[in-house]
Amino acid sequence: MSVVSVQLGQCGNQVGQELFDVLCSDAQDGQRNKYRAISCERFFHQTDRGAELEARAVLIDMEPKVINRCVSRATKCSRWSYGSSSHFSQKQGSGNNWANGFCVHGPRHRDVVEEMVRREVERCDRLSGLMALMSVAGGTGSGFGTYLTQCLRDAYPTSFIINHLTWPYSTGEVIVQNYNSVLTLARLYQLSDAIVVHENDTVHKICSQLLNIKHISFSDVNRVIAQQLGGILQPAFTTHSHGFYSRSPIDELVSSLACHPEYKLLSVSSIPQMPSSSIAFTTFSWPGLLKHLRQMLISNTKMEEGIDWQVRPPSGAGCTGSGFNRSVANLLILRGKDVYSTETSGFEEPSLYSSWLPSVEALNVWKCPVPFHKYEKSATLVSNSQALLRPLDHIVAKAWNMFASRAYIHQYIRYGISEEDFLDGFTALEQVISSYKQLC
Amino acid sequence: MEEGVVNEILQGPLREVFDSTQLLTDVSGSGNNWAVGHLTYGLAYREQIVDKLRRAAEHCDCLQGFFIIHSMGGGTGSGLGTRVLSLLEEEFPSVSRIVTAIYPSTEDDVITSPYNSVLAMRELSEHADCVLPVENQSLLDIVNKIKVMADGAKPGSVIKRDSTIISGQGGLTGPEKPFDAMNNIVANLLLNITSSARFEGSLNTDLNEIAMNLVPFPRLHYLVPSLTPLYTLADVSVPSRRLDQMFSDAFNKDHQLIRADPKHSLYLACALMVRGNVQVSDLRRNIERLRPTLPFVSWNQEGWKTGLCSVPPVGHSHSLLALANNTCVKPTFIELRERFNKLYRKKAHLHHYLHVEGMEQSLFSEAVASLSSLIDEYQLLDASKGRLTPDAARLSIAT
Repeated sequence: MSVVSVQLGQCGNQVGQELFDVLCSDAQDGQRNKYRAISCERFFHQTDRGAELEARAVLIDMEPKVINRCVSRATKCSRWSYGSSSHFSQKQGSGNNWANGFCVHGPRHRDVVEEMVRREVERCDRLSGLMALMSVAGGTGSGFGTYLTQCLRDAYPTSFIINHLTWPYSTGEVIVQNYNSVLTLARLYQLSDAIVVHENDTVHKICSQLLNIKHISFSDVNRVIAQQLGGILQPAFTTHSHGFYSRSPIDELVSSLACHPEYKLLSVSSIPQMPSSSIAFTTFSWPGLLKHLRQMLISNTKMEEGIDWQVRPPSGAGCTGSGFNRSVANLLILRGKDVYSTETSGFEEPSLYSSWLPSVEALNVWKCPVPFHKYEKSATLVSNSQALLRPLDHIVAKAWNMFASRAYIHQYIRYGISEEDFLDGFTALEQVISSYKQLC
Repeated sequence: MEEGVVNEILQGPLREVFDSTQLLTDVSGSGNNWAVGHLTYGLAYREQIVDKLRRAAEHCDCLQGFFIIHSMGGGTGSGLGTRVLSLLEEEFPSVSRIVTAIYPSTEDDVITSPYNSVLAMRELSEHADCVLPVENQSLLDIVNKIKVMADGAKPGSVIKRDSTIISGQGGLTGPEKPFDAMNNIVANLLLNITSSARFEGSLNTDLNEIAMNLVPFPRLHYLVPSLTPLYTLADVSVPSRRLDQMFSDAFNKDHQLIRADPKHSLYLACALMVRGNVQVSDLRRNIERLRPTLPFVSWNQEGWKTGLCSVPPVGHSHSLLALANNTCVKPTFIELRERFNKLYRKKAHLHHYLHVEGMEQSLFSEAVASLSSLIDEYQLLDASKGRLTPDAARLSIAT
């Protein structure tokens, strides 16, 4: 079953291009045939010439430069390419204005874009789900992306739609990023089945402290994001796939994690993360990796260095211990050698989870004996937990502060968004924050 | 409105670049009189101007913005220029209008420049989306600084050829004329602002994004530009330190294109447009380093708009343009109002304006009132330290 990706805006397109690179090279690098076949079927379309792989993706941006670069980079590497009629661009951009993306570009280009997505979907034998890649800070990814998600939800009511969001640096990439984030998240919460989030701040830290990259560029950041996503999306054996590679990755992802409509924010951690030069000198052991990953989950850190080992799940009743990150549900994906003999009971303790979901249902484990990305053993944890609570709270606080002075509001009103829409967005997100805060 | 300058361009090396049907000249000029430019010529040439604008707009697949470049002190630039601005707003309301206005310095040779400037300011406040004020005195200071550097010639500090922002890149011009060096700086400003729209980069910034992010309230759209580096030394550059120095310089008074003191006033928003081989980690590191030294308004504590373009300007390995929406323009405007009042109190030269058909004294008082209210808006922000409302309580959800 296939996944169709929609890449929106500069960030979405750049991340998407890195993602397909990772997926293609992982599938084709001397891996086992079944794995390769499934991975290629899932993400690529085999053209008639046989050897050529075309990504199952639609590229959308309101200005042409980024898409042109993505398409030419993909063709240059000659392992895969983008379909020639799968991109849509305009000339003028969205001006970092959510209202411009949502109210102006959305309706204007709806038909053309929907047609492109439909064409990609029809090329799949069976559709597992749709994945939209976008940022929340800009205008096209956030505004047009939200509008398109709404259209896709109407057009494919029985398919799963997940949105991958990149949250900007908290010290600012775009001045109105908090407004754009609030407006996007509030609506996506109703439209999307699950929202997978990467924060630029966190990934930047991974690049500098774990991967030892001296001059971090956006390509480095995007590559880390792509690798973490690859670790989630590549084929694996799930509990429901009965000895075969799972055919419905998106369905199983959503059903294992997004079990309650108020809890949809998913964060990703993976272990190990190290520079390629160090891999040859490291030995990996599952107990060590899983122990670290468990503590990373509990103490809410995305890095395997500098973990706070003092944080423990609270022993008695009561909502939170200090610094403890409570989960609604977790998905653990293990790849590599000796994966069937791993001991994952550390993730099954009821004290990690909320009281209304038994831990045996809250934890799902997927396994795959094929090593991913040069690591002999690697684990990815997709977590529906309080991990994103604090960043979300900050975004809403800053946006609210700015809204109180009505700064920049005239720019949004000009394109059709009213103060009411802002207030609705704030209300929706305060509700989400409250739900996560009170997780018990 | 006089032929000399335009004819010179048409005979110069750039004559191929300009379409001769898109030129409009008259014979006698505007006599440094805003009213003549705005009202007399504005009315007389309205049809022709609108026609030529439409023709130019039709050639575009997608029109994103207009650049209007003029001085404030003269007659044609300020008068007819602001008339064109309001025509653009009428004819193309959805296209952004970015004005590069050259403000007169204190030692200006045009006596009526305060009148012209204040009358034009009102138009700019009402009809422009974004104004980049530039002062001749600052440009002159920068030119002198570069000349001192070039002549001083400390060993090991020789400036690389063609790498200053005043050198005519590409070597098209012949003998240099007096204002060429200063105008080159403004040209570089416009180049850097449009660089992300013309070249690719890892974080693109369009013109409409600049107008969106830097204008929190409609009338407060005056952005202080500053450019670095001014020149590149010929010796082997020390990468990191040179880069960090570039960021520090951008917030240095010497690099600004108007005389103002942003560090002691309140920042409403700031944009950093970087060109060249600069990565996001360098950008973040410098923002974190500089952030504590700059006073930002309370509701925009992290008010940075950043853009990364991969292609550096000719002769440099990287460059930075900082645009700040800062209350430091208030003293500049107050001074302008002072000079205006000095003349207006004595009714000096007023008759030249009132003789023009359509001009009334009320236009003067309205213009100065508009300027005063603009100053008051900035003053309000300053006084309340940007805290317009006390930290509003967040919405609370019934549980």
